[in-house]
Amino acid sequence: MLKAFYHLLARDLRLAFRSRHELANPLIFFVLVVTLFPLAVSPSAEVLRVMAPGVIWVSALLSVLLSLDRLFKQDYEDGSLDQLMLSPNPLVILVLAKVCAHWLLTGLPLVLVAPLLAMFMYVPDEAIGVLMLSLLLGTPVLSLVGAIGVSLTVAVNRGGVLLSLIILPLYIPILIFGANAVDVASDGMSVRGQMLFLGAVLALALSLAPLATAVALRITASR
Amino acid sequence: MFKRIWAWIQKFSSPKHFYRISGKMIPWFAVPAAVLGVYALYMGLFVAPTDYQQGESYRIIFIHVPAAWMSMFIYMVMAVSAGIGLIWQIKLADMIAAASAPIGAWFAFLALVTGSLWGKPMWGAYWVWDARLTSELILLFLYFGYMALQSAIEDQRTADKASGLLAIVGVVNIPIIHYSVEWWNTLHQGATVAKFDKPSMHIDMLIPLLLMAIAAKLFYAAIVLIRARNEVLYRERNRQWVKELVEKL
Repeated sequence: MLKAFYHLLARDLRLAFRSRHELANPLIFFVLVVTLFPLAVSPSAEVLRVMAPGVIWVSALLSVLLSLDRLFKQDYEDGSLDQLMLSPNPLVILVLAKVCAHWLLTGLPLVLVAPLLAMFMYVPDEAIGVLMLSLLLGTPVLSLVGAIGVSLTVAVNRGGVLLSLIILPLYIPILIFGANAVDVASDGMSVRGQMLFLGAVLALALSLAPLATAVALRITASR
Repeated sequence: MFKRIWAWIQKFSSPKHFYRISGKMIPWFAVPAAVLGVYALYMGLFVAPTDYQQGESYRIIFIHVPAAWMSMFIYMVMAVSAGIGLIWQIKLADMIAAASAPIGAWFAFLALVTGSLWGKPMWGAYWVWDARLTSELILLFLYFGYMALQSAIEDQRTADKASGLLAIVGVVNIPIIHYSVEWWNTLHQGATVAKFDKPSMHIDMLIPLLLMAIAAKLFYAAIVLIRARNEVLYRERNRQWVKELVEKL
């Protein structure tokens, strides 16, 4: 079982690294969207500092959302998804491996590039650590919950907008707590509560979302 | 024993049987809904005392609160029947879920509209990012997502199962969303909104409100049966019994 997890994870990573240009796209998108805000609103430090946590978090959210397609689309089209479902290994474990790979390829780079954006948006130095930590706890949830949505819409033609419609409302709690943690940290206050909440949601999503995704994949495959 | 119950459930939930029974049931919900609704509205709008703080404008509560309750209640009904449909493969439960979604969305919309109309005299603005209004708005989005997924998938069985799963995921999320919005709200709003902590309500206001809530439930029952009947006819349109029914008209 662990072997299946490991092999699928390695396969997804290997496939992704073979098309490196695609790998950078969500990351560039993330930086690009954040860059739009100083241009659209104002380059003044006071304005940007107030908006920074929200802007960075919303951009991270959209970036993950747009990259969700990568999770199952290709496997669905070339039939390897059906092969995965036929394998004797529990589908939940395989789903978890795929989500893990997706997070390593999209969520983790966002965490790593966040300090740069924090600099762009004049986030105080002492809040940068909290920004990274909140993204570290939050982005896996985005991948996990997003996986449910992708597996429901992967067979739908032009499912992109549909996917955002069904997934974005579910992302709201993460957005609230993630952005608020950075906001509070900028004022130099404790963010224990927010971090505990993000951690709790991560634990919940980690245990329930793969189950729902597995059911959703079977529904999609049954048509 | 279980086999007999199961056989009975399957018989009752067969579309044909449901169509026959539900036709007889609708008046039993629709008529009390109308009578009770009119009575409760009269009591609420004319008989109930004027609020000492909010004057007459509080009377929109008799529409707003039942609508908000219904929007949440219907989402629960939807998720539970979708779950029944998913687990026990009862088609009728899926149809009830599908028929409920637009009604719930309309109630959520009604709650938002009346809420913002109420907000104008109370808060001085049509929209305030109040926790309950925001939660209601998100609930409306959840309804939209359900309906969009339902209509995006062509195969009916798959559409039912997929949107049913989404409804269940939504139900797990609703408490999380609700409490995070509440928490967000207390942080951001604070003193800017004059919060009127309702003291225990006057009994003459409470009774019309509760009657109105019951009327709304009966109304929903009648409408969902009508919509589910249409759904049955549409989905079974190629079956013999539907053809016979149409020929009789």
